[in-house]
Amino acid sequence: MNIKIPLILLAVSFFCSTEALPAEDPDASYGDAIVVSSIADARTLVPILSSDASSSDICGMVFNGLVKYDKDINLIGDLAESWEILDDGTVIVFHIRRGVKWHDGAPFTSKDVEFTYRKLTDPNVRTPYSGDFDRILKLETPDEFTVKVTYKEPFVPGLSSWGMWIMPEHILRDQDLNNTAFSRNPVGTGPYKFKSWRTGEKIELVSNHDYFEGRPYIDRYIYRVIPDDATIFLELQTLGVDLATLSPLQYTRQTENNFFKKHYKKFKYPSFGFTYMAYNLSDPKFSDVRVRQAMNYAVNKQEIVDTIFFGLGRVTTGPYMMDSWAYNSDVRPAPYDLTRAKALLADAGWVDADMDGWLEKGADEFEFTLIVNQGNAERQRTAEMIQRYLKYAGIRMKIRVLEWSALINEFIDKKRFEAVLMGWFLARDPDNYDIWHSSKTRAGEFNFIGYNNPDVDRLLGEGRRTFDQPRREKIYHRIHEIIYEDQPYMFLYSGETLPIVSKRFKNVEASPIGIGYNFIKWYVPKPEQRYR
Amino acid sequence: MLGYTARRLAGLVPVFLGITLVSFFVIHLAPGKPTDIQTSLNPKVSYEARLRLEKLYGLDKPVYVQYFHWLKTVSTFDFGRSYVDNRPVSRKIAERIPVTILINSLALILILAIGIPLGVLSAVKRNSLWDRFTTVFVFVGFSTPEFWLALLLMSLFGISLGWLPISGIKSLDFEYFGFFEKIFDIAKHLVLPVAISALGGLAGISRYMRSSMIEVIQQDFIRTARAKGLSEPVVIYKHALKNAILPVITLVGLSVPALIGGSVIFESIFAIPGMGRLFYESVMSRDYPTIMGVLSIGAILTLIGNLLADIAYSYADPRISMADKKEV
Repeated sequence: MNIKIPLILLAVSFFCSTEALPAEDPDASYGDAIVVSSIADARTLVPILSSDASSSDICGMVFNGLVKYDKDINLIGDLAESWEILDDGTVIVFHIRRGVKWHDGAPFTSKDVEFTYRKLTDPNVRTPYSGDFDRILKLETPDEFTVKVTYKEPFVPGLSSWGMWIMPEHILRDQDLNNTAFSRNPVGTGPYKFKSWRTGEKIELVSNHDYFEGRPYIDRYIYRVIPDDATIFLELQTLGVDLATLSPLQYTRQTENNFFKKHYKKFKYPSFGFTYMAYNLSDPKFSDVRVRQAMNYAVNKQEIVDTIFFGLGRVTTGPYMMDSWAYNSDVRPAPYDLTRAKALLADAGWVDADMDGWLEKGADEFEFTLIVNQGNAERQRTAEMIQRYLKYAGIRMKIRVLEWSALINEFIDKKRFEAVLMGWFLARDPDNYDIWHSSKTRAGEFNFIGYNNPDVDRLLGEGRRTFDQPRREKIYHRIHEIIYEDQPYMFLYSGETLPIVSKRFKNVEASPIGIGYNFIKWYVPKPEQRYR
Repeated sequence: MLGYTARRLAGLVPVFLGITLVSFFVIHLAPGKPTDIQTSLNPKVSYEARLRLEKLYGLDKPVYVQYFHWLKTVSTFDFGRSYVDNRPVSRKIAERIPVTILINSLALILILAIGIPLGVLSAVKRNSLWDRFTTVFVFVGFSTPEFWLALLLMSLFGISLGWLPISGIKSLDFEYFGFFEKIFDIAKHLVLPVAISALGGLAGISRYMRSSMIEVIQQDFIRTARAKGLSEPVVIYKHALKNAILPVITLVGLSVPALIGGSVIFESIFAIPGMGRLFYESVMSRDYPTIMGVLSIGAILTLIGNLLADIAYSYADPRISMADKKEV
């Protein structure tokens, strides 16, 4: 899932930086182009309609939100210079940066924010992001540089939802957003301007000399669509691609040679998702918490990380980003302990009475099917390893690989599954009400396992109403603890993102948010420039 | 003759409708909806937002209503708009077709240019070492997985030798090139894709050519030609080849609709934006209008191909259209 379902905030944060940069580098020079490879082409560049990773990559270069995340994943201003939270959190007032211009020269004002909000909540616009904005009671613009947002009730994730890219009112005022030429010719406020798009081949952007944070050093940004991983890897070897994402195998083995050392630099930072095995809690086998805890002891997660990801990943224990304040590092991962697992299973009534190696309870053997989506080799291998571990514990697990849409529509939405191996791709804000709250179990909602814990329900509600950071941290730490104890998911691992960048680009560095946060400060010294 | 053509043409309409009807229902049987990519398991998309999207795409209506709606737009020669990016389907197809046709027709020319002489030589020198060698060669070519060979050749010509670009159809600086530079650039990019897609097709043509040639060489008129004292090249290339090539021409004629079909694996490896990838991507995202557009064009081309073949037959053999008339 982390491949298919990108969250808008990832891309928002790709382009971020207001923090003071080190003194300008003496050989920093303008010019050159960067060639970025992507598996898929963008779909639409209307920001509030784009939901795939490629469209978000491009929109992130062309547009800005009111807020964004800095390199340490703290929320800071982008188009908004500052904000105030009033009336116990029901009102947010944004003070907008002055002097920002759209790529066509028109001034950016609070009217554009209001326009974007109107479109996000317009029932005729095909945006998937209306949810957070439907909680707004009213949005007012007292003057050109002030936006006052009033929520129906305090809603903390509302603040980060304003990372949504703002669209130009003066261009789109009278247009149907579902059907506009803007989707292939966007005008934004961002560091790069749209230049051209050859469908299925490449998208080209050029630097915005008037960008409010300064002119980016790299003149051209070329987004090349190469659908095949093997081809991207070959292109790296001809220096035809400057930035790509490696697989763990490529990172640890195939790029450890002189050629790659000479021409490229590799980076790594934690990815924002995690992989888990979820149980259908209405299944009698899994409704007993002891069974779920036993299975957690029976699977050696560290070995999975070491084998499948060559150690490039970490065992996780909860539904939050591992390096964020919400993640409770006091929750230690359960050790691999087969004896304890068997003891817990015996407590729950599962014993190998007929000595055939498989557990029984009365006449029932412990047997279930794990479903996993097709096209994700790492996930399938993980399933195979879990199969082996559970066999040691006496549990017979079958694996069924399904095409994505079939998996979601026929099995998850209809709750016709016993266990499923999937991943969540996380937003920066820890609010995951929709995944854990007991009210979110309708077909197509995200608590598809039917998790129901009144304490968690209450804490989730509190968490999204509490602006006070230390209090909020406590709430999420507590949720983390309870969920790990309940084991509705077997939390497995969180991987690493492994970008590789041509050595001619200077100023590139990895941070918790990734490598793109200071992209406008990347440069190529004049003698090393390759493209005009 | 005209009446026959008109009647056949009219007969195509129900066949076409049948094809579209079956395709439409079959693709809707596949689990999933076009909105899945936007909404499924994306915690930022609320339940209400998802229902709203389905309504806006008209997916809440029964399938037969959606079919009639589709038929209505198609009757005005409009395939509608893609669910993925809302661009006209006809534009999306028009964008992809030229490169696919270019590669496929170049490959076809290459297949004929190499396959026919190979077949002829094998027939003439039947059971010789040469014959055995080409047999093995074309079958190896036929059975080699395209993607594997493509990657090997890309590595050889692109990296080790550095002669050819690895992927894409144009260089990144294409816009700045002069006219001849542009032609040269595209040609360079086409070498590997065309060569590899031709290799798989060699076996078929050269085998057909060989067997048809062997049959012809054994006939009386060839013996007569030789008896007349004609030189061997004249016998083979003038008298025998002309007769032996007829079945091959039929074969080529039948492969014309395949010119617009692309292979998704092949196009992905070479990063070529062709029909194969368009179709695959639209199937994966359940983009019904685009799927239907591609299928309809394929259906129309196949039907027209068949019709042309039939008309050509009736032209060659008037009994066909006459017999048809009597039945009516």
